[in-house]
This record gives sequence, C-alpha cells and structure tokens, in this order.
Amino acid sequence: MSTTTAVDPTKTSSLRSGRRFGDAIFSALSHSAGIVILLVLIGVTFFLFWGAKDALVADGSEVRGGAGLIAYIGPLIFGTLLSSIIALLIAVPLSIGIALFISHYAPRRLASGLGYVVDLLAAVPSIIFGLWGMQIAGSAVPSFEFLNEYLGFIPLFSGTVTTTGRTMLMIGIVLAIMILPIMTAVNREVFLQTPRLHEEASLALGATRWEMIRQTVIPFGKSGVVSGAMLGLGRALGETMAVAIILSASGGGYSWELLSANTPGTIAGDIALNFPESFGVERSTLFVSGLALFVVTFLVNMFARWIISRRSEFSGAN
Amino acid sequence: MTATTHDDVQAVGRLEKPVRWAILAGSAIAAIALLAALGALNPLSVVIVGSLIYCTVLYVAARAVEGARHATDRLVTGVVTTAFLLAMVPLISVIWTIVSKGLDRLDVEFFTFSMRGVGSGDIGGAYHAIIGTILTTGIATLISVPIGLFAAIYLVEYGNKGVLARGLTFFVDVMTGIPSIVAGLFAIGFFTMMLGDVAYQAGIVGAVALSVLMIPTVVRSSEEMLRLVPNELREASYALGVSKWLTIAKVVLPTAIAGLATGITLAIARVMGETAPLLITMGASRAVNFNPFEGSMSALPLFAYSSYANPGTNKEDSLAAAWTAALVLMALVMILNIVARLISKFFAPKTGR
Amino acid sequence: MSKRIDVKNLDIYYSDFLAVKDVSVTIEPRSVTALIGPSGCGKSTFLRSLNRMHEVIPGARVEGEVIIDGENLYGKGIDPVMVRRKVGMVFQKPNPFPTMSIKENVLAGVKLNNKRIGRTDADELVETSLRGANLWNEVKDRLDKPGSSLSGGQQQRLCIARTIAVKPEVVLMDEPCSALDPISTLAVEDLIAELKENYTIVIVTHNMQQAARCSDRTGFFNIEGTGKPGQLVEFNDTQTIFNTPSEKATEDYISGRFG
Repeated sequence: MSTTTAVDPTKTSSLRSGRRFGDAIFSALSHSAGIVILLVLIGVTFFLFWGAKDALVADGSEVRGGAGLIAYIGPLIFGTLLSSIIALLIAVPLSIGIALFISHYAPRRLASGLGYVVDLLAAVPSIIFGLWGMQIAGSAVPSFEFLNEYLGFIPLFSGTVTTTGRTMLMIGIVLAIMILPIMTAVNREVFLQTPRLHEEASLALGATRWEMIRQTVIPFGKSGVVSGAMLGLGRALGETMAVAIILSASGGGYSWELLSANTPGTIAGDIALNFPESFGVERSTLFVSGLALFVVTFLVNMFARWIISRRSEFSGAN
Repeated sequence: MTATTHDDVQAVGRLEKPVRWAILAGSAIAAIALLAALGALNPLSVVIVGSLIYCTVLYVAARAVEGARHATDRLVTGVVTTAFLLAMVPLISVIWTIVSKGLDRLDVEFFTFSMRGVGSGDIGGAYHAIIGTILTTGIATLISVPIGLFAAIYLVEYGNKGVLARGLTFFVDVMTGIPSIVAGLFAIGFFTMMLGDVAYQAGIVGAVALSVLMIPTVVRSSEEMLRLVPNELREASYALGVSKWLTIAKVVLPTAIAGLATGITLAIARVMGETAPLLITMGASRAVNFNPFEGSMSALPLFAYSSYANPGTNKEDSLAAAWTAALVLMALVMILNIVARLISKFFAPKTGR
Repeated sequence: MSKRIDVKNLDIYYSDFLAVKDVSVTIEPRSVTALIGPSGCGKSTFLRSLNRMHEVIPGARVEGEVIIDGENLYGKGIDPVMVRRKVGMVFQKPNPFPTMSIKENVLAGVKLNNKRIGRTDADELVETSLRGANLWNEVKDRLDKPGSSLSGGQQQRLCIARTIAVKPEVVLMDEPCSALDPISTLAVEDLIAELKENYTIVIVTHNMQQAARCSDRTGFFNIEGTGKPGQLVEFNDTQTIFNTPSEKATEDYISGRFG
C-alpha cells in the first residue's frame, strides 16, 4: 500500500510522501460516478431522439395512425393530462386531509404507525393497483350511471356510460389512490416542520385547533403542498401499467366525456400496449410520444424542485 | 391535547364525548339504513354518506351548544378524519383483493414450475419469473449501487457545493421523476444503437432500464446518510494522519452503513415492482432463462401482467396465477421494506452519549 | 521527541476573507503554550493551521511559513497527511469513532492507515497510550466495549490516547475541556502537565485560569472589530502575561474588562 510509511518518528524525517494512489483512485471514481449520472440523463434525451428520428422525418401517412404525428400524439397528450389532472383534483384535498390527520389530529401513539403505513403503501407496485382497478371497475358502474343521470348536464359526465367501468374517471380515481401515499408523505413532512412555537403562540391566543392550523400550519406548508402535488402529478403522468390494464382506450380523440367508452389513451399506457408488436416507423412514433412524455414530466419535476429549493432558502427548514 | 383543555375554559357549553359518540353511531346507522334502502350498500358509500351525515349533525349541534368557532373546528376535525378513512377504504380493498385472490394459487407448483409448454390442463408456475426478477433486480443493483454510492460520496465529500455538485443534485432530483416507460425506451434505444439489432430482447436491457430508475433513489438516500455522519469524525481521522480516501472508506462508510443498507434495500424494493420498462425490453418469456444477455426473460410483475393480458386457452387459471404473482410481489416488496426498517433500527451505530 | 515550531508571517484565509493576520511566533519544545482571546479572534483557526487541518474546510488557505524540524509545513511537495501524523490534534468535543471499541479507537491511527501491526505490539501500544492518557486503570477491563460507552471526560482522554498512539511530536488541543465537567477537566489538566515531558503542546482555551494553571507560555489573540482579521497581540511567559502584560488589550482581557 502506498500509504504504508512507518510511524516511527526517527524514520519520518521527511514530510514528503506524496504518491497516494488510493486517494487518486477514490476521487476519480467519485467524480466519474457523478459524470456518469449526467451522461445517463443526456443519454436518455439522446436515445429518445435517436429512436424518434425516423418518425420525425417520415411522411405523415407513414407514422402510426396514418394521419401525422400531431394527430396521433395530440389526443394521447390530452388523455395523459386529463387523467392526471383528475387524479390531482382528487388527491390534493385528500392528501392534505390525511396528512393533517396524521400530523395534528391522530393520537400521538397512532401517528408514527400511520406514517409508516403510508410509507409502506407508497411502495406498492403499480401493477397491483392496475389489477385491483380492473377488478373493481365493474362495481363502479352504478355510481357512474348515477353521476350521468343527475349531473349529465355537465359535459364531463355526459354521453353514454360504459358497462365495463373502465373509463377516464376510473383511471383518474385509481391514479389518485396511487399518488396519495407520496403526496401525503410530503405534506405530512412539511406540516410536522411547522415551528412548535408558532403553533403554541396561536393556541395561547385562544385559537381553536382549526384556527391554529389555518394561521400557522397551512401558510407554513403551502409551498410544500404545491411541490408535493407536482411530484404526484409527475408520477401520474408517467404511470403506465395501471392505465394499460384498466383503461380501454378507443382512440377517442379529444373527448371530455369521462364516463363513456369514447376515450383517448395516455402516452405511457399506449407505449406499453403497442410497443412489443410495432416495428420501423410505427415503433419510432412511440419514441416520439415517449419523448413528449419525458419533456412534460421533466418540466413538471423541475417546477416542483424549483419550488422546494425556493422554500428551503426562505424557511431554513429542509 | 392542548386544544381540548382550552375548550373547557372558553366554551359556553360543550359537546361531551358520549354525545359525540352517539351522533357518530346514529349517523352510521342512518347511513346504512339509507343505503340499504337505495340498494347501494358498500364500505365506500357507508363511509361517504355516514361522514356527511355525521359532519352536518355535529356542526349544527356544536353551533347550537358551543358557538360558531367551535362548530367550525368540529367540522374540520370531522372532514379531516373522513379524508383519512376515505383513503383507507381503497387501500384496504387493494390489500384484501390481492390477498384473497392470490391465495388460491399459492402452492408449491407456483414456485417450482415455469410456463414452458403449458397448455390447457397443465397449471404451470412462476419459477421462471422469480428467476427473472432475481436476475434483473440483481444486475440493476450491481450497476446502480456503485454509481449511486460514489456519486453520493462525490456530493458529500468532494463536491464542495461547486457547479458540478449543484448541477448533479438538481439533475438527480429531476431523474427521480423519469417515467419508468421512458427509462425502458432509453434502454432499448441504447442497446439497439450499440448492437445494431432492433429485436434484441434480454434481461440486461431490462436491468439497464431499472438502473436508470434506481440510481437517483440510491444517490438521494446515500447522500442523506453520509451527511448525517458528524464532521468531527472526519476531522478526528484526518488529525490522525489518515488520508481522505481511507477516512471515507474506513470511518464515514462504516458509520453510515446501516442507513446506506436501508436506502439500498428500499431502492431494490422500488424497482422490483416495476413492470412497464420490463414489458417493452424483455419480452416476457414463458421458459426459464438464466442468461441475462441472450433471449427473452420474464419477471414477477411481468408474469402477472402477461398472465392477465394474454391468458391463452385457460383463462381462469391464468388469471389466478396473475393474482398470485401480484401477491408474491407485494409480499416481497413489503418484506424488503420491513427488513430495511429493521436494519436501520438495529444496526445503527450508537453515536449518542 | 518534541520539536520547536517556528511560525513566520502567517496569514490565514477563508476564501477571500483574511481571518488571521501576520502571526510570527516561536513555540518551544517540551512546553505547554496556551492561546487565549475572545471568541472569533482566530485562535482556533491558527491552531488548525499548525497541522494543516485548516485546509479541510473548502476554500480555506494559508500564506506564510510554519517550520517544524527545519521543514516548512506549507512548502512545496509537503503531504498534509504526513504533517498530521507528526502534529496530532485533540478537539473540543470528544469524538471517539462510534463504530469502534475502546481498543480499536486507540489503534485507529494505525488501523485506518492499513498498517500491519502484530498482536503483542498492538496490545503494548494500547496499554502505553492509555497509560499515557491516564485512562488505563479505568478501562483495562473493558477494552472491547464501544468508545462511546465512556463518560465525556474518559472519552476525551481516549481521544488523547488515540492521538499519542500515532507518536506525534506536537499535540494541538482545541478547547479540550470546554465540553467537560470540572472533575473531568481536572483529570485532563493533570494529563497535560504529564504530556509536556514528551510533547510540544499547544492548547486553545477560553478559560484563563486553565491557561494560568497549566501553560508555560501564553499568546493573546484579539480582533479590532467584526470583519477585521484576528492578530496575535502579545506572546510571553504565562507569568508575565498574567502579571505584567505589556499591552493594554491583554490587561483588559485578563482582568475581565471584556471578552
């Protein structure tokens, strides 16, 4: 070993020993690991483009669907956004409620256990939610019919209700359930970071528990909730298997009907379902839509991280 | 709680606990009766309708007895608790469905037979998929852990908050959000370009895709753990004339080892359940394949999906196998999570005084 | 075994900020030199520059010379790691390695450097080092227990044992007693008095009685104001510094008028 120099002071007359290969190697390894990660990220972008190039230059009639890239990918982007936004609308209030319940309402002894359960649920593989959603979709039909009958005047709930229940609304609900744990975890974390002194000051001024939460916890946690929602949105956008299994997409174009069989697919689900049997320009088209998905999630995640970094600069909490 | 004692002081009157319980019980009964009459009795609807009734009655009662502010407080408590219960219903339903349906085929054949040549009459099993899961997650771990760990070491020990370090932190964060299907597309693009073979399907392609998903998780958790190692220990080591790399290798890493192991275990659990990138990269083989570099391969989540999506002639058996695969997968993920917890609980060095 | 330290025109920086300005001093071998002064005056920074621990902090650097045994520590081709083997350091907070036993902590300097050491040699080194740190009798029956199981004062003496096990020529101590109770402090002070038989000792302390009790020579550091660099105002025999200081600032500080 290069570092083996005797400790005996009579021999270490010199302070020069210099060559330490261990240090050089270790430093080089760490640096290159960092660079490899950056290269992978560049590589993801590069290979998506590389895979997409055939379809990008091909004639509109050659790509999947035969009507050009925009006609093929547009509805998919629409479907992706629609399902994710439904999921977000359901999950945001619920996750705030659950997080508040765990952080401020549940008995302390129960709270840490519940937090653990939420973490555990975040680990449930998406294929499991997919199989479950497929299983229960049928039993949701009566509720869908109910919505259609009484709220059918709202365009979202109009149209003919499917008998399978495998609709846009269903997928939105399942996605909401899937992103609940991660969003709850983020929210709980920021709610728990509320300075204890603020809370006690509020209570000491005679506030009820809800008033205390409204005055201290909510303002403090607001940006955390936004970034948690963005992380959840990122997940919902990229979720594949649950959509592939549950949603029976009909290539329905830009349809707002959440309950009918006339429904667009999502990018991720579409790739998963069609990739194995596609070749040439058709396969390349799927790379284009993958690229579109990558860009959208990238932006959403960047936004989320930006909010988090801004928040940590302000509050000093991290 | 502080809030409760405080109510005693200020409130004019007070809804005592027995009264609140009575309202709760009444609401539950009313909800069940109402839903039974409508013919829509199920756990979810009981929770929704029951808590609607409970919140309304409680609010009105509290407003009459305790005043508006406390009524709002009670209402929010009700709403928050309802949100929690509401979320629990589907989550319990997921677990119940998987367990009840998956137990049917949880037999010896499931773990010892592959699906090779299985036609009607034969049952087959998921042996090949279990082998596939072990191989692909194993390779992904072998790729991700060194890269992720060294990148974390870079961030904590060498980066000094420089441009590369800050950029890396940011991009690792962004990378955690890459959709799994996109990771799969990347792996396919990479291997197609390297090998020039459009139809190359093998375990290694899936493993590379999983690595893309696993690396950022490993970096984040390892970085956090390395930062928890007190600086005093590094300084103590430097002051003894120990070089930087030996300080990292022999002081920092051993001190953080429990946390690192926990993080890596959780990362493995996370990628183990990934389906989408494997679906488009590995081609769901029905036979046992020990060679990750040649030929298609299966994995547990993939097996669950293909048994559901391409059931072949014997639909019922195939679906049953899908549920069992899902159950085994979930059990594995849960076990890994619990193991991770136990590691961090029992093997953490005792730093405290 | 101990060596003289000659510091010549030493400027110490954190990035662009000049923390300590133009220190020139000679520290005699086999003596205890105490550095006193108000908080933030740069005495710890100066101490850390004597074994190149200062540069562990990103952006930190030094101009000037520190000469030990005829060699400038900041000269070209000098390896800071080798410097630290010759100039050991004990920190404010006791910091035994939590993953190691008492014995392993004492042997840390040897083991961490991947050096081979025979079993009997190791046992001997552990015993002499722990005896040297006045800790042997208290821990000889539980050498395999974790280092963190000891009391604060024992931990600090363990850290001293760990430092002298590397056989340095100089031992730097950065407020070694500030985290300890009075009884442990006394034990460490007794130890310092014994250690100076063999080592050159430099100790930073906030406690003036401690400086008066255990040092032979004392240096007083001061700053003129926030943002200004710290300076070595006066350096002399401890007796002189405490009885007839030549600078007004020193007298004010010692008599408790500020700091």
